[in-house]
Amino acid sequence: MSARTTARLSLARKDHDQPAGRAASRGNSEESAMNESVTIRGKDRYKSGVMEYKKMGYWEPDYVPKDTDIIALFRVTPQDGVDPIEASAAVAGESSTATWTVVWTDRLTAAEKYRAKCYRVDPVPNSPGQYFAYIAYDLDLFENGSIANLSASIIGNVFGFKPLKALRLEDMRLPVAYVKTFQGPATGIVVERERMDKFGRPLLGATVKPKLGLSGRNYGRVVYEALKGGLDFTKDDENINSQPFMHWRERFLYCMEAVNKAQAASGEVKGTYLNVTAGTMEEMYERADFAKQLGSVIVMIDLVIGYTAIQSMAKWARRNDMILHLHRAGHSTYTRQRNHGVSFRVIAKWMRLAGVDHIHAGTVVGKLEGDPATTKGYYDICREDFNPMQLEHGIFFEQNWASLNKLMPVASGGIHAGQMHQLLDHLGEDVVLQFGGGTIGHPMGIEAGATANRVALEAMILARNEGRDYLHEGPEILAKAAMTCTPLKAALETWKNVTFNYESTDMPDYAPTPSVSM
Amino acid sequence: MRVTQGCFSFLPDLTDEQISKQVQYALGKGWAVNLEFTDDPHPRNTFWEMWGLPMFDLRDAAGVLMELNECRKVYGDRYIRLSAFDSSHGWESVRLSFIVNRPKVEPGFRLERQETDGRNLRYTTKSYAVDRPEGSRYGGA
Repeated sequence: MSARTTARLSLARKDHDQPAGRAASRGNSEESAMNESVTIRGKDRYKSGVMEYKKMGYWEPDYVPKDTDIIALFRVTPQDGVDPIEASAAVAGESSTATWTVVWTDRLTAAEKYRAKCYRVDPVPNSPGQYFAYIAYDLDLFENGSIANLSASIIGNVFGFKPLKALRLEDMRLPVAYVKTFQGPATGIVVERERMDKFGRPLLGATVKPKLGLSGRNYGRVVYEALKGGLDFTKDDENINSQPFMHWRERFLYCMEAVNKAQAASGEVKGTYLNVTAGTMEEMYERADFAKQLGSVIVMIDLVIGYTAIQSMAKWARRNDMILHLHRAGHSTYTRQRNHGVSFRVIAKWMRLAGVDHIHAGTVVGKLEGDPATTKGYYDICREDFNPMQLEHGIFFEQNWASLNKLMPVASGGIHAGQMHQLLDHLGEDVVLQFGGGTIGHPMGIEAGATANRVALEAMILARNEGRDYLHEGPEILAKAAMTCTPLKAALETWKNVTFNYESTDMPDYAPTPSVSM
Repeated sequence: MRVTQGCFSFLPDLTDEQISKQVQYALGKGWAVNLEFTDDPHPRNTFWEMWGLPMFDLRDAAGVLMELNECRKVYGDRYIRLSAFDSSHGWESVRLSFIVNRPKVEPGFRLERQETDGRNLRYTTKSYAVDRPEGSRYGGA
């Protein structure tokens, strides 16, 4: 592996200036007074009226989370003048048992068990006014195998809470006991590779463009050319469903003609992600069943269909030997801003539980948001059986996936053959690289575009396996491969200067610093 | 046509030296190298014939190359693929697979379409080679 991943890292705050505030931080002796519980117990706890959340048992700094607890990490931005401990306790309260006032009916329950407990509040490095609040939830608060239930608790109520300026769910630790109640990815990376008979290299795909307006017949043409040229997959875009210009059945029929023709032309297994997203579950099942009847190996859904619909489709996919692709349509509305919403790493965890096989997880070098360290964190969540805590990748908790199937990340959006060495370095081998414009926009045509990508990929894998420093010799390796492949030569020429260098809006709060031993 | 299964089919056929480097990479990862051959390269023909057992205990690429050349002597008119198997937990499957020998002429595949209800079609991919009996599909062994 690269020196970067093997380097010993120690974590340091980028800046030691602590923002002013009343936050308690473990190990910080000046503020240790705030490490004490202020919980009111006994009869007084249930006196009618309004009581601070931190006094109601939602702030328990001595609490040690159990192995079976679900832990959530929130980035809390209290309104000016609001005590960060109280704000964090309020988040714990409103995401579990509390309401705005004391209720006597708490006393009919094992209330202390059901209260979520905020047990740690740290100021966010370099971000005055923001705090990381660690909150533990007893497993009994959640229904088995239901992302809808999990998310209704954790993000259901609290995000509009008035005393907060902003709130972001940064990460979650899901106990093995809970992980085991989910099906997980319908197929998983290993079985997907076995079914597709493709090993040792990233898979290649392309989204059909233009994404709207093509007739079924013309759409199938793009699929055929791209698959015959060397791609493994083509893909419907998120908003291709069933519109006046192309009824879904037209698309499915012509696409499967294209897939089968390309299979016969190449001797390889090919697939096209038929988007079955529709207005109702009944229509989605109908479309998925038709895809199965036509012999497709894969269907696709959009994130916007909702968590329950996603879980239903994952069960359907498992029952019907189908790979399930998820397009994360809409996620940037709540994942992108650092101070408010839900981090994509949480969405990735939920989707691995929910049971999709593919998820778009960023490209680093392409046109869409994603800094390298944060993206690495997402990919680890998808592909590893165990995630160690890695603050420099935005991973706040150890996570044991208990042999749940692995989820194939998909890199899509503004990538091209000339970046192959960087893509392989950033994203590794178990990934689908999707070159939409980078295939269909090729000056010699779609088939040539596909071939350019496949040749670039195979040349780079060959070089990597030979032990070459492919990241630095990448352009040279590509140029050499292009000597026997005109389409690759044309692709390198066309897109040689295309990069997307913008500052990321979301990145880890902790930077790695070299340790003394380096 | 050219069957493009495997990791390197879009590159010019690998030389023995290039194959050897790939084998060394696989052995370095602790994977077991395996040789298989077939005269039916249908995309869903998963189980090619094994040239002996996977070489679990072999640690030197030269040994694999020797086996490959033995295999080529007997089945040089067929497809031979080299695969590397990773037995570690959570994978327990193939990690790398590529074609190291092909017939001189690759006749390819016929796509059969059976018209059924409505506009539905049932597709079947058939290798032209399997029109002839096993063993004599690419000029005979």
